[in-house]
Amino acid sequence: MSASLLHYAVLIAQVMLAIAMACAAIRLLRGPNAPDRVLALDTIYVNAMLLLLTVGIRETTTVYFEIALVIALLGFVSTAALAMFLLRGEVIE
Amino acid sequence: MSAALDTLHPLVATVVALLIVLGASFALIGSIGLLRLRSFYERVHPPTMGTTAGVGLVLAGSMLLFSVLASRPVMHEVLIAVFTFVTTPVTYMLLVRAATHRDRIAREEVTHDAGQGNGVTVEREP
Repeated sequence: MSASLLHYAVLIAQVMLAIAMACAAIRLLRGPNAPDRVLALDTIYVNAMLLLLTVGIRETTTVYFEIALVIALLGFVSTAALAMFLLRGEVIE
Repeated sequence: MSAALDTLHPLVATVVALLIVLGASFALIGSIGLLRLRSFYERVHPPTMGTTAGVGLVLAGSMLLFSVLASRPVMHEVLIAVFTFVTTPVTYMLLVRAATHRDRIAREEVTHDAGQGNGVTVEREP
């Protein structure tokens, strides 16, 4: 009973997160300005991290934590670098 | 699903399921807001729902599940949560500062061009 309940909960969560990623991807393609696109990319990163965590719950393995941590790290670095680029036109001075 | 989940207490499974679905729905609402709102400064707000409430609830659910399964406190997820909570305001502040900077430059160019077109010099704001 517990297994099937968790199975359906994870399934619902994964579908929701996939729809969320699709919304952010539409904003990434449509977004009128560059900051909109960077914001959409950051949202996609966060949603992908949550999706990996739900995959980890589904497989009941802790391997996916590390991948989620790396995705969070790369998301922060890339968004910060893109924001610096939009602000100054260069990343490293 | 692994066989370990069959022996899980139903109460724990219910709480974990609620936390996961609630967190995912926060992330979904945030992304829909990102898609639907009109201006950039409005669109900055909704994704923070996903990065705070969404990440926090999903990580709490996963932490509870793995702690119960391993019969000891599992604290890996706190790392991700702290990292996300600390870095999100920093990145969004940088992004909004870049957006205001670009907006100001675009507005100055418009007024400058209009001034040139009319043969009138327009003072640039410092």
